[in-house]
Amino acid sequence: MDTITEKEEAIIDEFSIYDDWMDKYEYIIELGKDLPLIDDDQKTEDKLIKGCQSRVWLSAEKRDGKMKYTADSDAIITKGIIALLIRVLNNEKPEDIAKAELRFIKAIGLQEHLSPTRSNGLVSMVKQMKMNALKQVS
Amino acid sequence: MNINEIRAQFPTLHREVNGKPLVYFDNGATSQKPQSVIDRITQYYTDENANIHRGVHTLSQEATSNYESARKTIQDYIGASSEVEIIFTKGTTDSINLVAHSFGELMQAGDEVVISAMEHHSNIVPWQMLCEKKDCKLKILPMNEQGELLLDELDQLLTDRTKLVAVTHISNSLGTINDVDEIIRKAHNVGAKVLIDGAQSVQHLDVDVGKLDCDFYAFSGHKLFGPTGVGILYGKRELLEQMPPYQGGGDMIKEVTLEKTTYNTLPHKFEAGTPNIAGGIGLGAAFEFLSKLDMSALVEHEQDLLDYATEQLEKIDGLKIYGTAKTKTSVVSFLIEGTHPYDVGTLLDKLGIAVRTGHHCTQPVMQFYNIPGTIRASFAFYNTREEIDRMIAALDRIIPMLKD
Repeated sequence: MDTITEKEEAIIDEFSIYDDWMDKYEYIIELGKDLPLIDDDQKTEDKLIKGCQSRVWLSAEKRDGKMKYTADSDAIITKGIIALLIRVLNNEKPEDIAKAELRFIKAIGLQEHLSPTRSNGLVSMVKQMKMNALKQVS
Repeated sequence: MNINEIRAQFPTLHREVNGKPLVYFDNGATSQKPQSVIDRITQYYTDENANIHRGVHTLSQEATSNYESARKTIQDYIGASSEVEIIFTKGTTDSINLVAHSFGELMQAGDEVVISAMEHHSNIVPWQMLCEKKDCKLKILPMNEQGELLLDELDQLLTDRTKLVAVTHISNSLGTINDVDEIIRKAHNVGAKVLIDGAQSVQHLDVDVGKLDCDFYAFSGHKLFGPTGVGILYGKRELLEQMPPYQGGGDMIKEVTLEKTTYNTLPHKFEAGTPNIAGGIGLGAAFEFLSKLDMSALVEHEQDLLDYATEQLEKIDGLKIYGTAKTKTSVVSFLIEGTHPYDVGTLLDKLGIAVRTGHHCTQPVMQFYNIPGTIRASFAFYNTREEIDRMIAALDRIIPMLKD
């Protein structure tokens, strides 16, 4: 099993072939389209992370000592970035998730989407993913 | 009139964004600044900086005179009858809050305020706060699907308890130009005062507060080619005289003892503390810039941009424009079926095109249409048809990427 850092490195590698912004986004959009959806009836208030620009739903549970995340968004680019976050953090131990620095976001040039002023729900989602993991550590 | 000559005076319009020449269509949020305004602010801080009013030294007197002459320039431009009716504020929001606070002090429990269904949050929340504090009633003038106010319904809303009608001149999210003449006439018939939110207007229309006969007119400097952090509240002199001060501090007093303070005369009564001196002088420079332009030709150019953009956007499959009033300024709000505004805005940015996405601080308008937000392109007179062509080409490229 890859560690969080190894998975991040793999993503940075994949993105290094794109030198055009639009190609990079095309790839993120494809990832977003492939992300398993949360069923509409599962999109309840308690799973909703409200952003001004886009909304995010996140559900988390621990199975066999590992965190399992599913998430969704109404915006496809947000969803693509969620897909990357889930790929990195899913099936990892709660203590590893809690201390993950997620440097890959910056390395692939997507940090603007994780700026608190962007208000797309992603910053809160990362916080929430870590909170969910932290709760399982103690 | 040559648009390229005007564009040449705005340095920001000539930069690149993400490797593409910038197309700036977010003028509803803020406008770019001409070199003359930038230079004027630089000159103030380089050569003239001093605190104003009451300084006996030369620098202070010069700064005071420059600041007060900006007030006079603005008075002349918007047709106020005296410079004491021009209050410097932080912007439209601050101007409205000043009125809600100080005019609000003259209101009694049971009095009524009327606003419209298309107001910016800054012309909703201060009135909700006032009505809660003073136990007053807030009434809403509704609009139709096109985004036009239902003026006939105003007659039913106005009563002898209506103290104030606060409406926007131009809707920031829909572009509707409201018939404020008619609103002012109707409100005055029942003895109510009228505040016009002019945040989107002075840069697009020939505004004359004297002719309008409104009681208050609020606008921001930064949306009309001036600096941020400065705006204007115009108020009729006799009303401003009756209103208690907004904030207490320096500059707004006549005499202070530890027991009691008497207040300064207008406009200083409403300008507590050291004001935004550079901002005020910069705003004066923005009005000087505007007064050198042929506004009627520019308004015509903006209408052409609106018509052209509307016509081109309507050709896009699944695109719907929100705000189709008969009288509109150069704002187009739209959604494209099967896409989210956040995605469209993000990708347009990557192609160098700046638009705004979201609710535009008008959540009730979004609730009215039952949509999460829109993509808004808002044009200034320095924009061109070629730039609209670039946005359309960008949309043609983006939409297939986003749709399944």
